[in-house]
Amino acid sequence: MSDDDEIKSSENDWYRQRLGGLMFCVMTAFAMLIIRLFHLQNVQGEEFRQRAEYNYIRIQSVDAPRGLIFDRNRKVLADNRPSLDLAIVLKDAKPVDETIGKLSEYANISLEELIAKVNANRGVPAYKSVLLKADINMDMLAAVEVHKFDLPGISVNISSRRQYPEKESMAHVIGYVGEVNSQELNEEREDEYEYRVGDYIGKIGIEKSQEEFLRGTRGGRQVEVDAKGRVVRVLKTVEGKPGHNVYLTIDDELQKKAESLISATTGAMVVLDYSNGEVLAMASNPSFDLNPFITGLSRDAWNKLISNPARPLENKAIQAEYPPASTYKIITAMAALEEGVANERTGVSCPGYYHFKDHTYRCWNKFGHGPVNVFSAMAQSCDVFFYHTGQKLGVDRIAKYAKAAGLGSRTGIELDHEGGGLIPTSEWKKRRMGVSWRAGETISVAIGQGYNLTTPLQMAMVTASIANGGIVYRPTIIKKIETAEGYVVHEAAPEEKGRLPISPKTLEIVRKGLKQVVNSPSGTAYKIRLAQIEICGKTGTAQIVSNPKDDDPKRKVAAHLRSHAWFVGYSSSEKYPIAVSVIVEHGEHGSDAAAPLVRNMIRYYYESEVGHQE
Amino acid sequence: MFDRRLAYHFDWGLLILTIFLGCAGLITLHSAVSAGSGDAQKSLYIKQWIWFGAGIIVMVASFAADYKNLKRWAKPIYGFCVGLLVCVMLFGRYAGGSKRWLTFGPVSLQPSELMKIAVVIILAKYYSDNAKPEGMTLKDLIIPFILTLIPFGLIVKQPDLGTAMTVFLIAASVTLFVKIRWRTFLGLTGTALVLMAPVWLFALKEYQRQRILTFLDPDRDPLGAGYHIIQSKIAIGSGMMYGKGWMQGSQNALSFLPEHHTDFIFSVLAEEWGFVGSASLVVLFLILIIYGLNIAYGCKEPFGTILSVGVTGIIFWQSFINMGMVMGLMPVVGVPLPFISYGGSSVMSMMCCIGILMNVSMRRFMFE
Repeated sequence: MSDDDEIKSSENDWYRQRLGGLMFCVMTAFAMLIIRLFHLQNVQGEEFRQRAEYNYIRIQSVDAPRGLIFDRNRKVLADNRPSLDLAIVLKDAKPVDETIGKLSEYANISLEELIAKVNANRGVPAYKSVLLKADINMDMLAAVEVHKFDLPGISVNISSRRQYPEKESMAHVIGYVGEVNSQELNEEREDEYEYRVGDYIGKIGIEKSQEEFLRGTRGGRQVEVDAKGRVVRVLKTVEGKPGHNVYLTIDDELQKKAESLISATTGAMVVLDYSNGEVLAMASNPSFDLNPFITGLSRDAWNKLISNPARPLENKAIQAEYPPASTYKIITAMAALEEGVANERTGVSCPGYYHFKDHTYRCWNKFGHGPVNVFSAMAQSCDVFFYHTGQKLGVDRIAKYAKAAGLGSRTGIELDHEGGGLIPTSEWKKRRMGVSWRAGETISVAIGQGYNLTTPLQMAMVTASIANGGIVYRPTIIKKIETAEGYVVHEAAPEEKGRLPISPKTLEIVRKGLKQVVNSPSGTAYKIRLAQIEICGKTGTAQIVSNPKDDDPKRKVAAHLRSHAWFVGYSSSEKYPIAVSVIVEHGEHGSDAAAPLVRNMIRYYYESEVGHQE
Repeated sequence: MFDRRLAYHFDWGLLILTIFLGCAGLITLHSAVSAGSGDAQKSLYIKQWIWFGAGIIVMVASFAADYKNLKRWAKPIYGFCVGLLVCVMLFGRYAGGSKRWLTFGPVSLQPSELMKIAVVIILAKYYSDNAKPEGMTLKDLIIPFILTLIPFGLIVKQPDLGTAMTVFLIAASVTLFVKIRWRTFLGLTGTALVLMAPVWLFALKEYQRQRILTFLDPDRDPLGAGYHIIQSKIAIGSGMMYGKGWMQGSQNALSFLPEHHTDFIFSVLAEEWGFVGSASLVVLFLILIIYGLNIAYGCKEPFGTILSVGVTGIIFWQSFINMGMVMGLMPVVGVPLPFISYGGSSVMSMMCCIGILMNVSMRRFMFE
């Protein structure tokens, strides 16, 4: 025997000693199990046998009320109302067919409907409550109560249901709740909250994005019931926790004004407080009533909503992406000034067109603007000036400033399905289409056409950053979240996404140009100037059919091919820090279709602020 | 490949014990799923037969080749199982609040079941290579600690506290079985106790704390775990001395029992077969475990001994925790009852354990 084997065998002796101890432990553990079994089955057996005869301990779950949604001034936008729900416990309702027959007769509910509900819940344990009909009316309630003793296992429960008092107003922002679907049931959640079949969950808008705050924590009771399923005694109660209340930054009055301003159009309006990025109003037209989504939307109504070419379900302020058109000249101007391609003295002569590589690019004014500088080019929205500067800049240098201003990516507002827009670069085109950038394409990009896409919210954010001196705030729509008891769990604080990478001088020049758009007699939006408050802004006319030669004003263009009208504007007085962006789909000219809406909004804001101060 | 002497030494006793347990399981499962209203439930009974069929193949595979080969294969097996757990984290199927399964077409695999065996094999290898007559020191325990911590962490993350705890308990039992210095043992226990407070206060989120508290005290959750335990106790107790008879359990029939075909299947058995039946099952498990330890006793080299102890430890902890839980003696955890609960991964891993025990048992008389 070698030394090694000796160690091993001594080791094994040691293990054999240990095994004895191990066996003892195992036997002790199993003896405990047997003693416990004996206790449960023999000592307490009789008692448990009786309790099992008709199992009288049940669980009743109690839904927690969902948190409310308010505007910034505590106006209720979403709240709960009681709903009377008819339910059945199959185990108690025996014979089930007879009970249901009687119920149908007394309460005047169609028998087929009831049977369908019962059949749909065949897999549910017999002692669990099954919903037969939600939201029954008073007559049905009375009938069920009167015949209570003839209807074993039938009960009327009160549950809470969502309602939206503002109906169509702010529908896109508020969103709605609906019953949780199988995909949502199986979704992995950070906080591991478990939804159950029949629970309500936010589907879109704030209802969805703030779901974890709005939903409460379900409570319940362990109750003792008698043979007919009636509660005799409550054994244990777990209090549910109501959801948190969410306050939006939206001001209901401004919102209503915004909605009325765009009510005749297909489009969107966003109003920002440029001192902190709070969204004061976000309107998208056409809109839709939220309440039918709770009480049950008919197939017809749904089909109507989704087949409407004006896309009422879409929140155009954040989901629709449009070419920014001439509003994008703000970006091109910043880039040109900052990169030294142009300064305030740079002059260009506009003959009404621009030749580049045997292609002619037209200015919107085919007679030409004559000699222009950066100020008059912005004021009159001269395309040729920006063709020149854009050509010198190249696409990538323009994109740098657009991205720094927050374009080309989601703003990060607390709403889902936000569009990010698109800011093209040469690298993007190479990657996406596999071909190199052509210099001619820069010319379209410089005036906001081509591949450029932005949302109205993004353009409002850019406008706000010009207005506030260069700070790009993340737009926010949540003012405050507090518990049902009023303890604040979240409060909006201005969040800087970044700063415009431009010198104060460049900013000053851009602002002066935007001021002239509205306040210089030759400006494209001179019509909307106000005496009481100075408006600065930029018009835009986004072509959807790119055929610049075909701009004969006398030729009628089919409505759905007409250009989209843009206007972005702000009040230059920091006492009234408001920035507005508007898109009117197929509104044709920014100066006619969009600019007056912004003017009216700023005037309304100014007057109500002044009114409040007095 | 198969020595005739091996056939001669085949462990018939172990096979008979396994057959007894398997039959008890199938009979109880038949009753448990017949109560359910869905056809999907009833098909589980047929599926379990298939699992046992496949399990026999796994068992034969586990004893066919000399178990000493496992020592060489310990690292790849361990790595493979950890890989599977990582896959669960990345592509696992999310169901009922956790991610535990990998789905391959119609079959779902729960890698944490296999992981238990892999941990036992690799620890057996490590301890048999590194055991010292004077006992293991703290330094010697670092590697086993890491080897346990990796699967433990991955399983906690799923989250599956019950299985993670079982992995820990199995690893701890194997470690305590080999010689550790007293000072080291006391030092480790002390450190663990001291570390608990800061982890509890700072590392865990509120809902995680709640989950552990409920785990330890089901009464904190009278609508969930607490209610299940009450119903389970009613089921077991109402079985009384002789039970209500096969397929006669009312608790089971009315679906008062949660998970009655998996974690709470013992309650179904106890309700229908009474104290006579349920105590017999407990004794059957006890015999199996003593039998396993006896195989360890008979083995003449450390790897086989530690391996047998570890594998027996898996069966012990799973059966003890599961039965203790349904009787209200233990935290409510999702640990299946070996051979009885429905579940492919569980049946496979248990049959693999039996195969390994047979392997060690058959070859204890062999000398190279």
